[in-house]
Amino acid sequence: MAEKRIVLSNCGKIDPRNIESYLTAGGFSAYQKARKMKPKAIVEEVKKSGLTGRGGAGFSCGLKWEMAMNARGREKYLICNADEGEVGAFKDKYIISHDPFGLIEGMLIAGLATGARTAFIYLRGEYHALDVLLKSAIEQAHSKGYLKDMDIRVFEGAGAYVCGEESALMNSIEGQRGESRYKPPYPPQRGLWDTPTIINNVETLMNIPRIINNGSAWFSAMGTKRSKGTKVFSVSGDVARPGVYEMEMGSSLQELIVALAGAKDVKSVQIGGATGNIIPGHMIDTPLSHETFLGSGAVMVFNSTRDIIDIVHNDIRFLNEESCGKCTPCREGTEVMLEIFGRLLAGDGRERDMVTLEELARTMAAASLCGLGQAAAVPVLDSLKYFYNEYIDRIDQSQFLRSYLGGELVKTTEGVR
Amino acid sequence: MSDKKEASAGGRPGAGLLPGLKEQVEQKAYLSRETMQAVADQAGLPLNSVYGVASFYAYLPVAAVGKNIIRVCGCLPCDLKDAQGVIGSIRKELGIEPGQTTPDGKFTLEIAGCIGACDQAPAMLINDKLYGSLTADSIAGILKSY
Repeated sequence: MAEKRIVLSNCGKIDPRNIESYLTAGGFSAYQKARKMKPKAIVEEVKKSGLTGRGGAGFSCGLKWEMAMNARGREKYLICNADEGEVGAFKDKYIISHDPFGLIEGMLIAGLATGARTAFIYLRGEYHALDVLLKSAIEQAHSKGYLKDMDIRVFEGAGAYVCGEESALMNSIEGQRGESRYKPPYPPQRGLWDTPTIINNVETLMNIPRIINNGSAWFSAMGTKRSKGTKVFSVSGDVARPGVYEMEMGSSLQELIVALAGAKDVKSVQIGGATGNIIPGHMIDTPLSHETFLGSGAVMVFNSTRDIIDIVHNDIRFLNEESCGKCTPCREGTEVMLEIFGRLLAGDGRERDMVTLEELARTMAAASLCGLGQAAAVPVLDSLKYFYNEYIDRIDQSQFLRSYLGGELVKTTEGVR
Repeated sequence: MSDKKEASAGGRPGAGLLPGLKEQVEQKAYLSRETMQAVADQAGLPLNSVYGVASFYAYLPVAAVGKNIIRVCGCLPCDLKDAQGVIGSIRKELGIEPGQTTPDGKFTLEIAGCIGACDQAPAMLINDKLYGSLTADSIAGILKSY
């Protein structure tokens, strides 16, 4: 199965700086159609399509919209989450830089369905270069009269991974530290400034005009039981052709990384970024979907020269740096994990380390406030499951080193413990 | 759409804080105590609240930085493609370690979280400009252009 470009259908075909080329390609026809529909009918259509959130969590978009539609509030907000901070993810950057109008159209339809009249595009600070393009696209849509029902603003982040988490993102817009909030209440109930708020990923919103134009039946015919439509993947690491690829949900990992991206030697793959699953190369037939592995669609390929402990250490170093620090399991858990991985790499591992890592990971998964700490456990547990031998090797090496150094190292590290 | 309107975001409390701080960083490179005090006074907030917010975000420096900030991505996809070699080359070229600023105040070197250029790994940002598919040898030429 080759690529299936639905979300990316306009990318490379239209001029992202000129709304006329988007209109020529049939742009805003879905918006015109949706304007003649009742909000309930739009929500129903999206619900029936089975569209799920593309940012990683995979919640039903239609249900989210329904909650927001039914929520009482003088004012409602729509936020497009363009804070693509996940390690190995760059698909939203690709989408925005090639088809900003498609995103605007999706947002307008979301506004019609839910009653949100003010919208923010939360653009990560690292993507500042896209700011001009996006604002120009909004300006052009405005001058064409498409923004009568909605005011769209670009809100730039300031370099914080955790702000991709929706409650931290809202705190950030409110001018606070980007720390996660306790849930419930969920954003459609009480979000930005305590008003009902819909937060959708860039790719999720891109699907909306397509669903309105072609119907929910067309959309739900693609994919698997719980994962409908297509998914846009960002492929990086040890492949010949890193880049953005769109495939039908349920396509195999092999098709993506071997046939499309040109991987030759696959020891392991991490799917979903720094908090993603790490699976061994022999599981390459795995279909990619919410039922199996998916996340945000960031796929990093590692060849046989790569050291899994090194990889997980890099993941944890990043998560430790980016933990917002509000809840103890994540703040302290990533700290201890980092210390253990540092020792394993430095040749000072202990057998007990693996037990500690597993205990920590399970505690963090169960007790952390938001997805960062909860999912930080994933690469650790997966590596322990599939690459146990690499941990054993490290610990054997450590034991040898300690005996070789005649206890010198033991003394210095015992003090630390 | 004016930047003012953007910052006010419908007159909601706090909405102007982050854009306001970013604007200060664009003008003054970093947020000094005086700058933060001025922002705090204008927003009717205590200084510690503004400091608390600013210090949370990597792109809102609260201590003096160089004229140009180099942010080399240190995350996995870049690390796999020898980001360490790139960092080593910058260290050698500028004589500073990550987190430090050159004595002439021209460059600050930082190791960044993923900058979303994994298909062009290893990559770095200098201010807002993205440099991808770097090699250790390409660094000197790039730095000379600043």
